[in-house]
Amino acid sequence: MTATHLGMPAFPAAAREAVRDDVLRANLRRATHTIRDKRARAVSELADWDRLRAAGKAVKDHTLRHLDHYLLRLEAAVTAAGGTVHWAADAAEANRIVTALVLATGEREVVKVKSMATQEIGLNEALEAAGIAAYETDLAELIVQMGHDRPSHILVPAIHLNRAEIREVFRTEMGRWGRPAPDGLGDDPRELAEAARLHLREKFLHAKVAVSGANFMVAETGTMVVFESEGNGRMCLTLPETLISVVGIEKVVPTFRDLEIFLQTLPRSSTAERMNPYTTMWTGLGPSKGADGDGPAAFHLVLLDNGRTDTLADEVGRQALRCIRCSACLNVCPVYERAGGHAYGSVYPGPIGAILSPQLRGTDEEIDASLPYASTLCGACYEVCPVAIDIPEVLLHLRERVAQGGPATREGIRVRIRPARGHTAERAALRAARLLLERPGALRAGERLLSRARRLRPRRLPGPGRAWTDSRELPRPPREPFRDWWARERGGRA
Amino acid sequence: MSGRDRVLGRIRRALGEQGAGEGGIGRAPGEPGAGEGGIPRDYLRVHGDRTPAESADLLAANLAEYRAKVHRTDEDGLAPLLAALLAERGARTVLVPPGLPPSWLDAAQAVRVEDRAGSTPYALDAVDSVVTGCALAVAETGTIVLDGGPDQGRRRITLIPDHHICVVRVPDQLVDSVPQALERLDPTRPLTWISGPSATSDIELDRVEGVHGPRTLEVVLINPPAQ
Repeated sequence: MTATHLGMPAFPAAAREAVRDDVLRANLRRATHTIRDKRARAVSELADWDRLRAAGKAVKDHTLRHLDHYLLRLEAAVTAAGGTVHWAADAAEANRIVTALVLATGEREVVKVKSMATQEIGLNEALEAAGIAAYETDLAELIVQMGHDRPSHILVPAIHLNRAEIREVFRTEMGRWGRPAPDGLGDDPRELAEAARLHLREKFLHAKVAVSGANFMVAETGTMVVFESEGNGRMCLTLPETLISVVGIEKVVPTFRDLEIFLQTLPRSSTAERMNPYTTMWTGLGPSKGADGDGPAAFHLVLLDNGRTDTLADEVGRQALRCIRCSACLNVCPVYERAGGHAYGSVYPGPIGAILSPQLRGTDEEIDASLPYASTLCGACYEVCPVAIDIPEVLLHLRERVAQGGPATREGIRVRIRPARGHTAERAALRAARLLLERPGALRAGERLLSRARRLRPRRLPGPGRAWTDSRELPRPPREPFRDWWARERGGRA
Repeated sequence: MSGRDRVLGRIRRALGEQGAGEGGIGRAPGEPGAGEGGIPRDYLRVHGDRTPAESADLLAANLAEYRAKVHRTDEDGLAPLLAALLAERGARTVLVPPGLPPSWLDAAQAVRVEDRAGSTPYALDAVDSVVTGCALAVAETGTIVLDGGPDQGRRRITLIPDHHICVVRVPDQLVDSVPQALERLDPTRPLTWISGPSATSDIELDRVEGVHGPRTLEVVLINPPAQ
C-alpha cells in the first residue's frame, strides 16, 4: 500500500487524541446510532437473512479458492465484450497503468466515482504528480478532498464532520475547485447537496475520462457492478469517452445469478435501504461494442493485487477478502464510535480495517502492528457482517502473529515475522500466569493475599505492567476468592 | 515478468498448500466433481405470497417510500396522464427514446426532443423532462430497471434531465423479487437499477433526496383494461 497514512501514530495514541474531541464524538455517535437502528429494521424485513448471509459467504469463499480460474474467465469475458484488462501487482504498478492510460487520451482531468481501491493506492496523488487533476464526485469524498482532510469511514468518508463543518468547507474551498458555493449557503443537508449538484454539473458534462472502482465483477459475463446513491456514479460511468475501473481481485463473483444475493444484502447492510437509489451494470462496451454511443467508447479494467494474494495465503486471515465494503461493522463498533476512523491510519477503518490493513500492508509499521488490538472483541462486527467474516477470530490470529511472530507472505514471498518488541512484558506475564495456574495451591494463596490487601490496590501497576494500566482501570479484587466463596456457599451440595 | 503472471503466480502459490480436496480445489469449477462450490441456495426466491394486484400495490408503496411519485392508469388514460404530468411540471421540452410508442405523447404540449448521436450532454441538460418505458420493475425493493431497450434509449437521457417519467406495464413487467428480476435480465445490455430519485446519506448518515440524477422520478403503472 502507499505511504499515504504511514508514519501515523499507533492506534492507542491516535485514539486517545480522538476520544478527547467532543465534537467528533458527538458527530460519530449521532451518525452511527442513526444508521444502526435503520439497518436492523431493513434486515428484519427479510426472513431469510441468515440464509442469504450464508450463501454470500459461500460464494465468496468458493471464488477465493478458485481465484485464478475466475480472474482468467473474467478477463476473457471483458475482452470479448470490447474492454481491455490490465493486471497490477502493487499500488505503484496500478498507478503507472492508470496514469499512462489517462495521458494517452490527451486529457489532463478525470472525474472519479468513490472507490476504496483508488484511495488505497493513492491514485489521486499519483495523477497529480503527472499533472492530471482528479475530481472526486461523491459528496462525502468531495468534502474530504476540498477540506484537505482524510476519509474516516468506508461508506461516508466525511462522517466525522457535521453539517455546519461541511458548510464551512464548501464556503471556503468550493470556489477554488470550480463553481463556488451559492451566497448565503445554509447548513441544511438539502442546501448542501444542491450546492454540490451545481458545482459538479459542469465537471460531469465536459468530462472525457472517468475513473471508478466496482463493487462486483461477474466472471461468467464480464459484467461490472457499481452501487451508488447520488447519480455521480451514473454520470461518470456513462458520459465520458474513456472509463478506467480499478478493482481489487477479490471483487469477482462467478455468475450473474450470484448478484441476487448481494443485491439484497449490500444495500440493507450499508445504507439500510431495501435498495440503493442507483446500481449500474455494464459489460465491456455493450452489445454494439460502443457503436450505439451508449456509454464510453473505451473501457479499461485494472485488476489490483496490492497485498490481496498475501492475505489469501493466510488460511485464517483470508476471510477478510470476503468483505463487500458495506461498513456495517464500523457502524456497530464501540471502539470506532469513540475513536473515529482517522485513528486507524488507513483508508479501511473500523473492525474490517483492523484486520484488512495489517494483512494488506504487513505489520512492520507501528500503526499496523497496533491495529489488531483496536478492538474489545465484543463480536458485534461479526454479528452484522453480511458475509459472516469472523473479525474477532482474525483479530486474535493477527495479535498472536504480532506478539509471537510466525509465518506470513509478503509480496508473494514466504517470510517469518519476528515477535514484536513491546510485547515482552505480556509474554512474561502469560508465562507467570501459566506457572501459577498449574499450581492450585500457589494460586489459592495468592488470591487470598490479594483479597486481604484489597485496600492497598494501586491505580496503576508498577514496572512493566504500567503500560497496561495506561488505558485500563485495574479491577477491584473481590472480598474473598471465588473458590473460597464457592466452597463455603455450595460446597456441601455439589 | 508481467503483472498478470506475477498476480496469477502468487494466487496459485497462496492456494497451493490446500491440495485438491476441499470444495473441489484443483478442478475448474463446472468440471465434473467440482460441483457448484457447495453454495447453499436455500434462501427465498420471493418474500411472501402475493396476487399480481398486491405486487403492484407493494411496488407503488415502496417507490413512494423512497419519494418517487406513483400514478396509476390504464392504456387509454396514459396519454392524457403524461400530458398532465408534463404540463404540471411546466416542461417545455421532453426527451423521447427512439422506440417510445408515439401515442404515449399524443396529448402532450411539450416539444419532443430526440436523442441524436451528436447530442452533447450540454444539449441534453437543456431539456426539461424525459419519458421512457422500462425493462422491468421489482415490487419488493421498489426498483425499476432500464436495459437500454428502444423505449428507454441511451443511459444518458434518463440521467441528465431533472425530471424522469417511467412507464411500467403491470403485471407483465412486474416481478416480485430481486432473484426473479435477474432471471429476466440480459447481462450483456447496460442495466440501470433505479430505486427512487437520486439521494445521498453523506451528511450525518441521513438520507436526503436529490443530488445528481433526476431529482423528480414519476412512475406510471398501467394496468390492463378491466375484464
